[in-house]
Formats: sequence, C-alpha cells, structure tokens
Amino acid sequence: MEKEKVIEVKGLTKRYKNLIAVDNLDLNVHRGDVFGFLGPNGAGKSTTIRMLLTLIKPTSGSIKIFGKSMPQNRIEILKKIGAIVEKPDFYLYMTAYKNLEILGKISGADISKNNIMRLLEMVGLSERYNSKVKTYSHGMKQRLGIAQALLHDPELIILDEPTTGLDPQGMKEIRELILHLSKEQNKTVLLSSHILREVELIATRMIIINKGKTKVEGTVDELLNPDQLKVTFEVDDVTKATELLNHTNWNAETVTNEKNEIVFQLSKNEIPKLNKYFIENAIGR
Amino acid sequence: MISLTSIELSKIFRKLRTYIGFLAIAVLVPIVQVSLYFQGENYVNFATRNLEEQFMFVGNLMNGYLVAYLILQALFIHIPFLIVLVGSDLFAGEATSGTYRMMITRPVSRLKIAVSKFLAGFIYTNLLLLWLAVVSLGVSVIIFGAGELIVLRDKVYIFAGDDVIWRFILAYGFATLSMTTVFALSYFFSSLVENAIGPIVVTMAVMIIFIIISALPIEILEGIKPYLFTNHMIKWREFFGDPVNYNEVFYSGSILLGHIIVLFGITSFLFNRKDILS
Repeated sequence: MEKEKVIEVKGLTKRYKNLIAVDNLDLNVHRGDVFGFLGPNGAGKSTTIRMLLTLIKPTSGSIKIFGKSMPQNRIEILKKIGAIVEKPDFYLYMTAYKNLEILGKISGADISKNNIMRLLEMVGLSERYNSKVKTYSHGMKQRLGIAQALLHDPELIILDEPTTGLDPQGMKEIRELILHLSKEQNKTVLLSSHILREVELIATRMIIINKGKTKVEGTVDELLNPDQLKVTFEVDDVTKATELLNHTNWNAETVTNEKNEIVFQLSKNEIPKLNKYFIENAIGR
Repeated sequence: MISLTSIELSKIFRKLRTYIGFLAIAVLVPIVQVSLYFQGENYVNFATRNLEEQFMFVGNLMNGYLVAYLILQALFIHIPFLIVLVGSDLFAGEATSGTYRMMITRPVSRLKIAVSKFLAGFIYTNLLLLWLAVVSLGVSVIIFGAGELIVLRDKVYIFAGDDVIWRFILAYGFATLSMTTVFALSYFFSSLVENAIGPIVVTMAVMIIFIIISALPIEILEGIKPYLFTNHMIKWREFFGDPVNYNEVFYSGSILLGHIIVLFGITSFLFNRKDILS
C-alpha cells in the first residue's frame, strides 16, 4: 500500500518575466520520509519551498499538503508545518528566548518556559537563552532556526539548507537531530541542500532538480545504485517515441503525454545508448 | 488580534528609533518653554498691541495654555517626521531583517498581520501625542501657571481659563487623526519596499510637496488644494475659534479618516498579494 502523501505538488511553475525559476515541477513527499530536495544553487529549491509555504504565489500548478490545497487551507496547513526558509533571521534586538516566545505566540504553540527551554536545550543554546540574537554566530542562528521550526510540534518540517555555514561538527549534529526527529518523533522532513553527500546520509527519498526542472526522483537506494536509475526523457513527439520503443528492449515505466515525458528504469550505461537511439531516430527535444 | 498587536508593540518598543520621537519632544518642548519664559512677553505684546488703546490687559497672559498652543502650532509640522520613523519600519523593517519569512510561515492570516501592525502604529502615534500633551500642556501649566488663552488668528481670541481645557482635548484628538493619516501613508509606503529609509523620505517628500502646493497662490493649483490632506491636518486650530466651526472640523476629519481607510485598505490588499522575496 502506498504511503500517505504529505506533500503533493503537480506542475508547479514560477515565472518572473523572462525567467522560469520553477518549471512544471512534480513532487511527492510521503509520511515519515526524510525527503532530500537536491539541486545546485539557483536550481529553484528555495522558490519551490517559498511556494509551499505561501511566501510567493505559483504562476501555475497545484500544491496539496496533508491532502488539502494550498493556499485555500493555508492556516490549517501551516499549523502543522515548521520551517526554515533560506537563512533563519530573527529580531536581533531581542533575546533568543523572546524570539521563540513571540514566534510561538503567533503559532499558538506552548510557550511555557519549560517548552522553550527544552527546545533551546535540544539545539544546544540553553546557556545563551538570554543573549540577544545579534550576539549569535551564524551557526547558533541556524540552530535557533531549527528550534523555532519545532516550536509548535509540527508534523512536517521543511528545512532549506539548514547546515549552510556550519562547521563539520555542527553539520553532524543537525543530521543527528533530523534523524532523531524522523525516527523517534515520526516527523516528515523535507530537506533541501545542494550537497548530495549531506542528503544521502539521512534521506529516504530524494529528488534532484536543476533550472527548475526535475532531473531524477526516487528512493536514495534507487538513485545511488547505478543499476536502478529512474530517468526521465523529455521528447518532442511522445507517440512516435513510444512506437519506436515497441521495437526495442527498452521498456518505458510511465509515459506522460501532456508533459512529453517518458520515464525509464535504466542502468547508468544504458542512458547514453537510449539517448543516442532517440537522436538517430529523429526524436528530439 | 490582541496578542498579535501586543507582539507588534513589543517589537516597536524594543527598538531604539521608537524613543527618538519621545526624546525629541522631551528636548524641543523645554527649549520652546525656556525661550518663551524669557521672551514670551514680546509675543503677548505683539498680539495685544492694537487692542491696548481700547482694552486694559491684566493677569497672566503668558501662561501655560498659550505656551502649549504655541508649541502645538510650532511642532505640528515636525511631529510627522517622528511618526514616520516608526511607521516606515513596520513592514520594511521585517523585510530588511528577513523576519517576514518567520512571520508569514506562521498559521496567521496576512490580513491579521497587517491589522496588528496598523493598530500598533496607531497606538504609538497616540502615545507620542499624549507625551506631547503632557510635556507641552502639563509641564507648561506647572511652569507658567494657568490663565486666559490669547490666540492670534484671523482675529484675536481671548478665552477664559475655564474655557480652554476642552479645546485642547479636542485639538489633541484631532491632531491624533492628522498624525494617524501621516502614519497610514508611511505604513503604505513601508509595505512596498524592503528598506525603511525609502518610506521615510517619500512620506516626508509627499508632505512637503503638499504643503508647498498649499502655500502657492497659483490659480491652477486652487482646484486640487481641497484634496490635499495636509490642508485638513491643521484644522485642529478650529477649536481655538469662537464659535468653533464644527462643519469645517467634521469635513476635514472625514477627509482624513477617508485617507486612513483607503491607505489601510490598499496596504492590506497589496500585502495579501505580495510575494515575499526577502
């Protein structure tokens, strides 16, 4: 039985005048996943996350979170989400404790001293709870960012490059925290990063995007096993391509006519061969 | 909403810039008071010079009421600058610091955020005017004493000491409406940009341009003068006339209220649709 989809994104597109930041993106995150959202800088990861959280409006496409449409059910959905979007920014003139208290109040979270101190303890900031955030290092702000994301005990945690600027020990601690949240507290985590290594260590499933488009999506085992790659070919004529494929040993896994996409399960070696076959038979894109 | 507004107030009052307004009033008003303490008789003599042949003036004309009236008249153009310091920071400050993202990813509607920011700014504006009233009227009465209020407008008005306080209360009330209009303008500009300096400059520029247009005796500009809110802001002076021209007060008050409602409405609408890119 397929797991419940916590995030279901279809055909998500964000266009800024001549720039397409996110292009027809599909994304599915299942309950309990630590979902790696990989891509180089400028690939469209943060734009996608901003659209998921209603910071920006999509040009087209649909977003469902917990089975409900965004932004129509925005408040109901956001009650169950904790997030860091890009770098965590706080009211620098306030203490860490006061920042969490304010953000917790807005979220309707438990803002008792016990709960706030427990979170600060979890991210290793309890000794500096009364220091103004302007005195914090970047790494400390990142950790405070995670604490604020957990304030209202969300079911889904969206972390946009949470280890940026951290030293190796800090990165390890964040990874361990994410694993703890996933395994011990049963949270679903969407983790964006541009570092494959970081994601593969903790993610169960992942997607790689570039220039706003999906490159590959699947379980980490599938994607990191060269014999189990799920590869999407974008072609100009799906009908002609599928007809041609009938005379070969290549079996398409799924064919999406409206997007002109054909998905294959291929080994690394087979990819250039199939690509060459398409080119030789005038299937282009 | 109360909780959100208290959070916004807490943000406002934890910033140093908030206290610039209170500090400026605490410095400027005593300067005016000290100046009038030593040279205020000149003003009284100027106001009464044409009347001294027919009337005899006795008692304390250079009193706390006159000082408060003169301070209100002198500082009325400058108070807006102190208001926009805070108003311009309400949205733009969140964009500059990146805290917009933290706010808007919380389960609260953008409209509620906009309303709470407006209410907090409105409360700040009221507190600043209350501070002005306390320092200019309260302290002046303590220093100079009470008495009849002599006001030099199109003609000279002299109000009995027991006929003054209600005029000040209504004048400060009207001044609150005027300053809320200025605040609403800075609040609107603040929602459009990501740096608070821009809205401060633009709001003040709009005010200065409107005041200059109002002052220019050019026929072609006469048609637009009634629509400039700066012309209506100064109608608190009507309370220092006899009889009080309530028609004028209500008309100007409704124009200012209209400005506030429209500016708040546009700001909320735009903020609701705004892409948060900071």
